[in-house]
Amino acid sequence: MKNVGKQLIWQQYQKEIAEDHFFYVRSCIRQNFFPGAEATFLRILKDVLHKDVYDDPAHTTCTGIGYHTDIIPLETTMTVVARQFALMTEKGYKNFIPSCVTSFGLYLEILESWHNHPEVLNQIRKYLKEATGRTFELPENIVHASDIIYKFRREIASKAKYRLVNQQTGQPLRVVEHIGCHYAKMFPHKSVGGAEFPRVLSGIIEEWGGEVIDYPERRHCCGFGFRQYFIKANRGYTFSSVKKKFDSMHPYSPDLIVTNCPGCNVFLDKGQYVISEQEGIVYGANGYGIPVLTFEELAGLIVGFDPWDIGLQVHQVSVEPLLDKMGVWYEPEKKYRGKNNIPLGQPLQPTVLKTF
Amino acid sequence: MGELFDRLKKDLHYVEGMQACINCGTCTAICPAAEHYDYDPRAIVELVQRGDESELEALLKSDTIWYCGECMSCRTRCPRNNTPGLIIMALRALSQETGYFVESEKGRQQIYLKRTIGHDILKTGYCVYAEGLATTNYPEQGPIWDWRQQHWKEIMDRLGANYQKPGAGAMRRIPDEALNELRAIFEVTGAMNRFEKIENFSREKAQSLGMHWDESLDNEYVQKAYHGSHNNS
Ligand code: SF4
Ligand code: SF4
Repeated sequence: MKNVGKQLIWQQYQKEIAEDHFFYVRSCIRQNFFPGAEATFLRILKDVLHKDVYDDPAHTTCTGIGYHTDIIPLETTMTVVARQFALMTEKGYKNFIPSCVTSFGLYLEILESWHNHPEVLNQIRKYLKEATGRTFELPENIVHASDIIYKFRREIASKAKYRLVNQQTGQPLRVVEHIGCHYAKMFPHKSVGGAEFPRVLSGIIEEWGGEVIDYPERRHCCGFGFRQYFIKANRGYTFSSVKKKFDSMHPYSPDLIVTNCPGCNVFLDKGQYVISEQEGIVYGANGYGIPVLTFEELAGLIVGFDPWDIGLQVHQVSVEPLLDKMGVWYEPEKKYRGKNNIPLGQPLQPTVLKTF
Repeated sequence: MGELFDRLKKDLHYVEGMQACINCGTCTAICPAAEHYDYDPRAIVELVQRGDESELEALLKSDTIWYCGECMSCRTRCPRNNTPGLIIMALRALSQETGYFVESEKGRQQIYLKRTIGHDILKTGYCVYAEGLATTNYPEQGPIWDWRQQHWKEIMDRLGANYQKPGAGAMRRIPDEALNELRAIFEVTGAMNRFEKIENFSREKAQSLGMHWDESLDNEYVQKAYHGSHNNS
């Protein structure tokens, strides 16, 4: 079939995603805030999709948060990224998958700069050699971890235990997706669907039975803003962005929010607590919030992993209303247990937002 | 144009971010920082395009360049392929190199970022190391975070992390050789130099303001930067 007309136009919204043999680099925020999410992703890749994925103990932060708080110069970040590529090269891999959206954007930005300025790439090769003795090849394929789930969404659906459908009414669950600014706004042609037609999460959600809500502020930033959240004096920036998004999505009564970037998940989850404490407003039904899952957690839930094994208990907004709608089996009394079922007490209740 | 512009134009962020601005204001319309602060990315791009050295110096000393959230929403929409967010990164780098950052309240916050994120990276290999981050400073994290802090290790173990152990996995202890390499990269490529500048200019400013200064996060200067004193946040 010839690629003409609309097919040609839509082609630029698709991207090449490698089939197998991935070098995985972790996200600092995801590991700290959702330690179960990356384990869930790897479990799905290995046990459900039977892929080869390498998790190198020697990789580090990409310095992304330091870079975007401007304490780390560009050359430093580039050389740290070059070191990650060196580890990939040494292990014989060519397909690079970052867990973090900030990292993903940063890798793309650096590859673009090296493409435009080969003399900079040469300089970075010298820096890396001088500092570590290492050399590196550029990755052949670089995609965000969620792109892999998108690529194999049908295979996952064929093995799914649950669907994004309300078991009582038979209706699709109404889902808000948030792909994160650095996934598509810098290099739209390197993301599924670009900045205009975000598809990476919406494609997954629809394949798994849900209905995507297209609300006015769908593309607005979560408000992290790096220095804007880390410094207490600046945090109004963060939570006014969060409020803008929730006020905009509220009339559509979402059952669930799914995030691509671990940072966005922190602010869309914890932000509901902040707004409830400050303004007395709760956006979910019956005094509970709207559950906010990472894409890995959602995939884990769909294929039937235990919600407390994948870490759904670490969100401030309780996930039980979602589990009940989907008909997911879970043991409420095991939510706040440690390994070997050891009780770890209970978190305190917020003042306004109801939790389980 | 003058020396500051010469330096600005050598910055790769500037080279990549600045083509020619037609002053359309699209970036300002889409910008989350412009909604929240008295901030206008269009005016910043226009200022650097104008090339007036004294205006640039005043900009580098102002709060204005620190309002951006580096979301890069402006990049998607600019009809002339400019990226105001990248121009901001070049301005912030220059403000720190020249020491002008300590002349604004928002600029003075860099010391806090350097002493938290910068230190975490070199000490742990993670850009954020959240164990011990209390809700006294981060109340937004909520009661669930208090529970997580109380049982940090147990919850890490429960969720399959390889907490502080050698080998692969979430929150593993990053090997010393890797940390040594990170430090060597920081030395060779200028991050240590920037850290020193942030420290030295901040210390001098603290002394000139007569504020208490030490190496911790608890001194008067750093605390004031962190908590802020005026009402535009
Ligand atoms: S959108 Fe681009 S051209 Fe328009 S004002 Fe902003 S930087 Fe200038
Ligand atoms: S990168 Fe900065 S200037 Fe650009 S839209 Fe985001 S906050 Fe505004």
